[in-house]
Amino acid sequence: MEVASRSTASRAEAGKADRLANALGWFSIGLGLAQIAAPRSVARLIGVKDDDKTTTLMRTIGVRELASGIGILNQPRAPGWAWSRVAGDVMDLALLGSALNASDENRGRTVAASAAVLGVTALDVLYGQQVKRRQSEEAMADERGTTAKDGDREVTRVITINRPPDEVYGFWRRLDNLPRFMRHLESVEVIDQQRSHWRAKGPADKTVEWDAVITQDRPNELIAWQAEGNADVYNEGTVRFRPAPGGRGTEVVVDLRYDPPGGAAGVAVAKLLHREPGQQVYDDLRRLKQVLEIGEVVVSDATAYPGTPHPAQPDVRAEVTV
Amino acid sequence: MKATCWMGKQSVEVVDVPDPKILNSRDAIVRITSTAICGSDLHLYNGLVPSMEKGDILGHEFMGEVVEIGRAVKNLKVGDRVVVPFPIACGACAACQADAYSLCENSNPNAWMAEKMWGHSPAGIFGYSHMLGGFAGGQAEYARVPFADVGPLKIENGLSDEKVLFLSDIFPTGFMGAEMCGIQRGQVIAVWGAGPVGQFAIASAIMLGADRVIAIDRFPYRLEMARDKAGATDIVNYEEVDSVSETLKEMTGGRGPDACIDAVGMEAHGHGPMYVYDRVKQATKMESDRPIALREAITACRNGGVVSVVGVYSGFIDKFPMGSVMNRGLTIRTGQCHVQKYMKRLLGHIERGDIDPSFVITHTMDLSDAPRGYEMFVGKDDNCEKVVLKA
Repeated sequence: MEVASRSTASRAEAGKADRLANALGWFSIGLGLAQIAAPRSVARLIGVKDDDKTTTLMRTIGVRELASGIGILNQPRAPGWAWSRVAGDVMDLALLGSALNASDENRGRTVAASAAVLGVTALDVLYGQQVKRRQSEEAMADERGTTAKDGDREVTRVITINRPPDEVYGFWRRLDNLPRFMRHLESVEVIDQQRSHWRAKGPADKTVEWDAVITQDRPNELIAWQAEGNADVYNEGTVRFRPAPGGRGTEVVVDLRYDPPGGAAGVAVAKLLHREPGQQVYDDLRRLKQVLEIGEVVVSDATAYPGTPHPAQPDVRAEVTV
Repeated sequence: MKATCWMGKQSVEVVDVPDPKILNSRDAIVRITSTAICGSDLHLYNGLVPSMEKGDILGHEFMGEVVEIGRAVKNLKVGDRVVVPFPIACGACAACQADAYSLCENSNPNAWMAEKMWGHSPAGIFGYSHMLGGFAGGQAEYARVPFADVGPLKIENGLSDEKVLFLSDIFPTGFMGAEMCGIQRGQVIAVWGAGPVGQFAIASAIMLGADRVIAIDRFPYRLEMARDKAGATDIVNYEEVDSVSETLKEMTGGRGPDACIDAVGMEAHGHGPMYVYDRVKQATKMESDRPIALREAITACRNGGVVSVVGVYSGFIDKFPMGSVMNRGLTIRTGQCHVQKYMKRLLGHIERGDIDPSFVITHTMDLSDAPRGYEMFVGKDDNCEKVVLKA
């Protein structure tokens, strides 16, 4: 039925996505096999140390590559496998980043490898978006009565909070509470019942700002917002609050649609900086759950300080809190 | 302060690190008097648990004296003597309210890492990888204890450290392993692994009314301890029999044990081609865990019986005998121990003299000797069963 209702244009796009899927799938399998069979050669090729730790890591990454490759080839239209490649890319970039920090030797090769991974990441993001958009376009349009604008990115994340919907809604509706759990937000200034001014840390610690307007407000159920005018990062979204079955509190559903600065490349850079929006939204929701269930954001020795990775041991520096 | 740090595969060092401080309002700082090396620490030592960083402080079995409390901690005061449970739990989420403390939904600040590996995240654990929170552990002079109003158990009766220290992990873990078997009078329970957790699983199975408890291991000293101290009625050295399964059939009238406890986990030993297969797959990272004891426990268990898994697994296993589980109606129960749920009850058993958990201790040394403790424990040197470190 889905195929029958698709237009010629979107069939052509689907064909493109499938060819991309095939290429990415076989690329994963080839790379995975090389990493498992010859981890040291691969390490030398990309300019990282070929010691035991790297060998182990390389093989682990190889297994992951194989799994995503096989997954993509078997189910080219399941976005999960596409995103498993993206998650893997982010991991590789992080590892290459640490290799860059770690040694001067072979820096050129590591930079080249990073650039290659970044390129592949862009392809992966593109493919993930193609698959996901195809699947969610109609559903999203139905849900909100709008159509996706070209170039927008979308994320949906959900969490269950052991508090009643009115309490969760009430906390969120006081928008100046949001920086307590949204790590990238610097401030939200409430202008009036509908309008507010937002400041957030963007990529490379550049501050981005925008005004937002609440477009729908159904107490204890839903808040929808939209960035106004010339926003640095165009964004709109809804947060829905629905009672969890069995008296388990509230299911909070965030749908976020945004137009990142720099389009797909911007997304890739954000991922490189560990600011992938889906992950960020989910981490924010987890912190919201902590604030509402236990009154504060929980930190560990490894997560309380700026700069990662930090070993799991105390530090003399002042901790960061949200 | 001095702390035992993971420095890489098979390398731990006691080094000077900054003292811990209060980071959340329900924290306490504990000056550690006794701490222990757990069998599960050996999986970290052997580099089999992902997301360890050089410099991570190890240790999740510890006790000591409260020296500082956060502003929201009302039940403890400076000077209290406490045993600290290894899972970190908030007490307020749905899991904690259902007494499933090791599944706390709020205590792992790195939940996203665990989700990548396991789908969902369990609770944070002291000194047990970044994937489980990146919390500094307790093989140190001091530790920061989050949710100090939920976890730590006050010890007010002057019982020695040696008698109560293991309430932090291995006694409750062994107890939960036995409890998950749903033991009824007349039942026969088999326990794979006579390490410290296995010893407490055996003792607990007896306490819970098992008729016979069979201990399975390869080290005679561990089997002797199981028989003489923990109360096992039968012992099986798997290196001396052709087939554990056949031996258990002979011992149980052909039925198989009513319940089987896996107190071994991901680094099981064995013999024969399957053992070689698992060693190779684990070494090449084609599987993360060697499920030799688990496979054996499944195939040996009687029809309709229970397989209770308290040995630690980290990732993926191969050749899992699902056909045996399904067709013979087995129940698999498992989990990191919900220590907070069991501590008070088990302290009662210790106070009444039903059990003295210190029987597992074979070596006591200074915190600064921790590296030697790890070496001895991993090598089973000098009949090593349990190492306690005094800070």
